[in-house]
Amino acid sequence: MSDLTRQSAATLASAIARREVSSEEVTRAHFDRIAQVDERVHAFLHVDPESSIARAREVDQQLAKGELLSPLAGVPIAFKDLLATKGVPTTCGSRILEGWRPPYNATIVDKLNAAGVVSLGKTNMDEFAMGSSTEHSGYGPTHNPWDLERIPGGSGGGSAAAVASFESPMAIGTDTGGSIRQPAALTGTVGVKPTYGGVSRYGIVALASSLDQAGPCARDVMDTALLHAVIGGHDPRDSTSINEPVPDVVAAALKADVRGMKIGVIKELKGEGFQAGVLERFNQSIEILTDLGAEVIEVSCPHFEYALGAYYLILPSEASSNLARFDGMRFGIREDDGKDRSVEEVMSATREKGFGAEVKRRIMLGTYALSSGYYDAYYGQAQRIRTLITRDFAYAFSRVDVLVSPTAPTTAFKIGEKLDNPLAMYLNDIATIPVNLAGNCAMSLPIGRAPEDGLPVGLQIIAPPMADHLLYQVGSALESALADRWGGLLISEAPTL
Amino acid sequence: MTTEYQAVFAEFEPIIGLETHIELGTNSKMFCSCSAQFGGDPNTHVCPVCLGLPGSMPVVNRVAVESTIRMGLALNCSIAQWCRFARKNYFYPDMPKNYQISQYDEPLCSDGYLDVTVPTENGPQVFRVEIERVHMEEDTGKLLHAGGAGRIHGATHSLVDYNRAGIPLIEVVTKPILGTGELAPEIAKAYVSELRDLMRALGVSDVRMEEGSLRCDVNVSLNRQGEGWGTRTETKNVNSLRSVERAVRTEMVRQAEQLRLGELIILETRHFNEETGDTTSGRSKEEAEDYRYFPEPDLVPVAPSESWIEKLRGTLPEIPSVRRARLQNNWGISEFDMQSLVNAGALELIIASIDAGVQPSAARKWWTGELTRVANERDCELEELTVTPADIAQIEGLIFEGVLTDKMARSVFEGLLDGEGNVAEVIDSRGLVVVKDDDLLVEAINQALSESPDIAEKIKSGKVAAAGAIVGAVMKSTKGQADAAKVRTLLLEQLGVKE
Repeated sequence: MSDLTRQSAATLASAIARREVSSEEVTRAHFDRIAQVDERVHAFLHVDPESSIARAREVDQQLAKGELLSPLAGVPIAFKDLLATKGVPTTCGSRILEGWRPPYNATIVDKLNAAGVVSLGKTNMDEFAMGSSTEHSGYGPTHNPWDLERIPGGSGGGSAAAVASFESPMAIGTDTGGSIRQPAALTGTVGVKPTYGGVSRYGIVALASSLDQAGPCARDVMDTALLHAVIGGHDPRDSTSINEPVPDVVAAALKADVRGMKIGVIKELKGEGFQAGVLERFNQSIEILTDLGAEVIEVSCPHFEYALGAYYLILPSEASSNLARFDGMRFGIREDDGKDRSVEEVMSATREKGFGAEVKRRIMLGTYALSSGYYDAYYGQAQRIRTLITRDFAYAFSRVDVLVSPTAPTTAFKIGEKLDNPLAMYLNDIATIPVNLAGNCAMSLPIGRAPEDGLPVGLQIIAPPMADHLLYQVGSALESALADRWGGLLISEAPTL
Repeated sequence: MTTEYQAVFAEFEPIIGLETHIELGTNSKMFCSCSAQFGGDPNTHVCPVCLGLPGSMPVVNRVAVESTIRMGLALNCSIAQWCRFARKNYFYPDMPKNYQISQYDEPLCSDGYLDVTVPTENGPQVFRVEIERVHMEEDTGKLLHAGGAGRIHGATHSLVDYNRAGIPLIEVVTKPILGTGELAPEIAKAYVSELRDLMRALGVSDVRMEEGSLRCDVNVSLNRQGEGWGTRTETKNVNSLRSVERAVRTEMVRQAEQLRLGELIILETRHFNEETGDTTSGRSKEEAEDYRYFPEPDLVPVAPSESWIEKLRGTLPEIPSVRRARLQNNWGISEFDMQSLVNAGALELIIASIDAGVQPSAARKWWTGELTRVANERDCELEELTVTPADIAQIEGLIFEGVLTDKMARSVFEGLLDGEGNVAEVIDSRGLVVVKDDDLLVEAINQALSESPDIAEKIKSGKVAAAGAIVGAVMKSTKGQADAAKVRTLLLEQLGVKE
């Protein structure tokens, strides 16, 4: 088999299953690639080749004995660094957690282990998933494989860049307001935010508990479907996870058919603030979907204009509470000069040193929004907006099967370009945030390169809660139509680095 | 009652309110499967969830919800059809997450009442205490301050034991209790006692007060007659029935003194000093923290179905007040006697003694007599004494067998109370064995008779009442280890006199 790192997860899995190649060889090939490019990409925060390769060998032995029947057995994966991994450093991209090795695994890490998927390591991210560029990592930014001067999106820029740079065939991300989808769009990869509650959150360090959802990142729709099928489902340790069977996403990806489907274009997400080349590619995809037999209509979601405001009250509020436990007492760093400091002084100094500016900004916003006397005006009002946005979606889905929009308003911007302008940074997630507020599922799919800068553009497909299969059905249909035009996936055009 | 206390009522009316936290007796913790057992080596009953490790998530303990609903039903509350947990945010080293999962504006149970009985000069009086809410929450860890006097002040460092973190707590909050007059302290005490008995009867907690499994926050305010409500203070962590009563009393006296001096009462939390019975100022509510409550997003709402609630209603046992009426009837005692026995904290101990095989009258005699006297003397609760219902059963058995006399039994109790060991050990170390050997007793009788020939003559001549003096002398010479009745019988036999 030619270059193992250029293969899809599905291809690798079947080659491994047929014993044409070993998981060890595949894993080694990816570590070679990491060694070759990651100094420039900086997708990974932590790798431990020795133990990963040992694990791959174990999987090979299990496969030889016929003990593993999982469709992804032996394939490597990368984990966003806010998944708890037993005995393996977990920093959430923050200095405050430096040195912490969790004593337990996130549920989805356990599920992937059981499926024989081999971890390559932990990927870079905006600190505690707060950001849209991965520049807010406490360990330096990740670079976009399409242009190393540019950001890969965020917060899961590390996971997306690892996949886009062929350092890993697939990765796990988490998406609170677009952190899987926007980086996928900016790196020419596929990313899915499953229905809220569709994938266990246990062991995923919480940013905003009511919005967070882990999901798959890969280079094509089928790989994300295979990964989704492994990680999805109810977890008794996460009572917010839905106790229903996972929609058959793999079958839907195979179906790849939009004939007779109604697709809604969200009027509010294709005008002002969207880059011309992004809209051009988006409109072209709409035409293709029509050609493929879908009925495309325009729908209005009038309350989406309040989504960003509501999101930036709900997220910081929950985050201010979720991040309270990082106080230097039990894990991570402790800032204590030994000079008879009170516990409050040590906590305060630790948080001052350990947290970056964006984290502090949001903790302060959230603390304020939850304060007595302000709660109703801010948090309470934001929850009402959330209800209205959920109704907008419900109404739209009474008319169409899925909704579409550009995933992000622009292509990847330059590192440093928006760092001093938080509001401009926040606007990156204008199209992705409403989905998290309503708990729907959505996918970002590469639909070409913007003519003005040659950078990837993503299309977002949104489906109702627990209708995740529709994402895959529409996504794979569009993907194969585009691949026919291009003679392959968009990602194959990425620089080889 | 002190005159100082009575003087309060010349000008003021008290309003009290009680918030009681009780640990539920579930096997596992509120939000994880760790053991909820008291004790254990520090930090052995812990997991990522109750340690608040990043990424961990809580899952509600169904048994704790059931216990709370049953408690709510027994308190005549309405049960919410839908309610949520909330996060109470504040930083403290005993709080693993730096927020506590509690309930805020959506309690599981609300608007109930509990009738309590208090003794008055005119006999027992029933007082209805209205319940505002009953909700669930998790306990915090326990701080141990080392290198000082065990207090935070002067400690060189502090240790945290998270075994207690996440133990399910039930919080029962009363509405403001009005119209108590001078009975405020007694009503407060009777309420907590009734609440404790109710929880025990329901089997939702065994309420080990000595282990701190019941903690009470006591709110007190005074208003001048005819005027609006005064400012309240909240005395935190009052941990025994007696302390609840004392805390209300001392806080009323203190506030009255302040108000008479024209000073204002500050809305504040206060600490109760178990030794002095005084309260001291904690932090004022103005500088108190803003807890930034919001609905806990890691948990789904609790929505008990009507059928589940009705099923739980069917499991409610005889409630303590009904049970007391039944027992009072069975034992044939007056309401006053029943009430004083309850007030002495003796009821459960008497029942436990009867269950252990003691006759009801004997069980009442020991607990309300000798043992209550000692408890009062030592300023402690009956159940804190080192005498158990099993001990009483054992001692009563020995009396029945003639191994112990009544007097010797008292000596055994003395030994038990002084911590000299178990019943057998006390009997052994104090040498308490009835002299059963008739020859020895006859010898002692003859000795006594020879020392008092005049009395011997009197008895012989038919003045049987004079026998007491000889019996007394024999008891003295045998150091109390003879059975007096037996000595008397032998004496009369010896002299050939018939009763």
